[in-house]
Amino acid sequence: MSTGRFGRHGGQYIPETLMNAVLELETAYNHYKNDPEFQQELTQLLNDYAGRPSRLYYAQRMTEDLGGAKIYLKREDLNHTGAHKINNVLGQVLLAKKMGKTRVIAETGAGQHGVATATAAALMGMECEVFMGEEDTKRQALNVYRMRLLGAEVHAVTSGTGTLKDAVSETMREWTNRVEDTHYVLGSCMGPHPFPTIVRDFQAVISKEIKQQILEKEGKLPDAVLACVGGGSNAIGAFYHFIEDKEVQLIGCEAAGRGINTAETAATIATGRPGIFHGMKSYFCQDEYGQIAPVYSISAGLDYPGIGPEHADLYDKGRAQYVAITDDEAVDAFEYLSKMEGVIPAIESAHAVAYARKLVPAMRRDQIIVINLSGRGDKDCAAIARYRGEDIHE
Amino acid sequence: MSNIQRAFENGKAFIPFITCGDPSLDITEQLVYAAEEAGADLIELGIPFSDPTAEGPVIQAANLRALTNKVTTDGIFDMVRSIRKKTDIPMVFMTYANVVFSYGYRKVQEDCTAETGTGHSVRTEAETGTERFIRTAAEIGMDGLILPDVPYEEKEEFDTVCRKYGLDFISLIAPTSHERIRRIAAGASGFVYCVSSMGVTGVRSEITSDVGSMIKLVKETKNIPCAVGFGISTPEQAAEMAALSDGAIVGSAIVRICGQYGKDCMPHVKEYIRNMKEAL
Repeated sequence: MSTGRFGRHGGQYIPETLMNAVLELETAYNHYKNDPEFQQELTQLLNDYAGRPSRLYYAQRMTEDLGGAKIYLKREDLNHTGAHKINNVLGQVLLAKKMGKTRVIAETGAGQHGVATATAAALMGMECEVFMGEEDTKRQALNVYRMRLLGAEVHAVTSGTGTLKDAVSETMREWTNRVEDTHYVLGSCMGPHPFPTIVRDFQAVISKEIKQQILEKEGKLPDAVLACVGGGSNAIGAFYHFIEDKEVQLIGCEAAGRGINTAETAATIATGRPGIFHGMKSYFCQDEYGQIAPVYSISAGLDYPGIGPEHADLYDKGRAQYVAITDDEAVDAFEYLSKMEGVIPAIESAHAVAYARKLVPAMRRDQIIVINLSGRGDKDCAAIARYRGEDIHE
Repeated sequence: MSNIQRAFENGKAFIPFITCGDPSLDITEQLVYAAEEAGADLIELGIPFSDPTAEGPVIQAANLRALTNKVTTDGIFDMVRSIRKKTDIPMVFMTYANVVFSYGYRKVQEDCTAETGTGHSVRTEAETGTERFIRTAAEIGMDGLILPDVPYEEKEEFDTVCRKYGLDFISLIAPTSHERIRRIAAGASGFVYCVSSMGVTGVRSEITSDVGSMIKLVKETKNIPCAVGFGISTPEQAAEMAALSDGAIVGSAIVRICGQYGKDCMPHVKEYIRNMKEAL
């Protein structure tokens, strides 16, 4: 059995054509992660270019309104390009450059990861091509324009359901075509080893900062950390440095879509079961014969039938819990946070805000929760307006 | 001698690939008989998968057509039972890891909860889907299994079960395999599937990889038949690849004929296979 396991999950279930590329990546990553020069260069990019550390903001009005635990928002939405995605992308594109690659390719769902990859590619002078489900290019037309503006070529993927999973499949196919000069910048803590580990390590800066910031502000660890989960990169980033602190509850918020009892859902832990797909063993939404389910969520970034293998393992071990939030609840939370705190969250992040609204009133006032606000919601305004029956033209 | 080795005893082997259930399982069954009559030596039966990441557009589309026709793994097993009453031509399944790993889920759903000791319920099963699939495939008379998303590093969990039930788990080598080839060849059984080109399955006008060197490395390590696939469509290409190896595998070109002619594809596929086999 290969390395790169998280309990029974993970692994490297990919075509032989790609094996040398992932082995080469693993070797390079193991070298550079311990290279002070690489780490210094990355930290400088994260701080000076992406705007880290991101703020830990006390949401006072929301706290007062819900009348329970104190609520802090980890403001990943304030990063350059407007989401946590940039943390991983700066790391991977810098790594690719060190490896001598001249071209990066990426999948994208909501477009945030594609925009981040196009941004880093522009910054570091790399060729960039992004694969995006055709359905998503329509839902997120503005992000398609952004990527082109940044010099990337955007391919609309028409195979399958034309969403994130098909974009991942198509990017994998493209990688088998041209692997020598190309690095695949995978956007979440998923896919074949070593991607889940690399992405987690680059996103772990989130929990590292939360820990420092909350200790400075409150002198103690939070009682719970909440984050939305599609593939799960912002969540694993927000959880990672708390995994050993057993008293900190870790809660991943999945997209239930129209409900976990309907076919139109993307809640993998709630409705999926173990499987093998996109290079990894993990939980997947699938039918009785192992055909991957055509999932649905209002959030293009959570519209994925699987979950990263480390989350699957945290679930198996009972270390993290995963809850499902419907479209309706997420949209309500999107509007709630906008009015309550003057912060428009990404519809993805709104799933975590929605669960906080359920959880916090039952908690004590001396308790603390942190919501990882993984991205900003400007990109979602037109879609949410449509959801409410209002037609807006961007 | 395994049934698969028999496929390489009649000169260079011609190995057609058919997507099961495109356009229907009845036609697929007829195609198997037609292929054998036309000179095919071994048949790859593709079990459709929703997200075939190693396939190009032609076979992706065939997978989608078959799944839209409600073709299932159980339906394909029944078709093989029927085929095995009439012919013992060597046959292997080609599909994706999840189709095998997740097979027969519903049948065991009732008895699959166990406590892990962490106070947390996790589903476990007495017999894995992998074992159910491979045991059934062996029982109905299949000879081997190809999973393009299972490389050498992950093959053990499938290969061990295949060996238990007497199925050959087919190893693939690619133009990027380099020094991995010896290791892969040493553990290979049945035949070695030599991927001639980078990228996904599909018709190519030219095959530029150094297939000869790849096969030389295999043969230095183990005396096992090697068949070349990915990108072969014309009799000339097939002859060229077969000259370097023990056989040629053709998928997309055949699947394209099935897509083009639908339920009337049989005579066209038969004609195509006859021409290809003659060219070897």
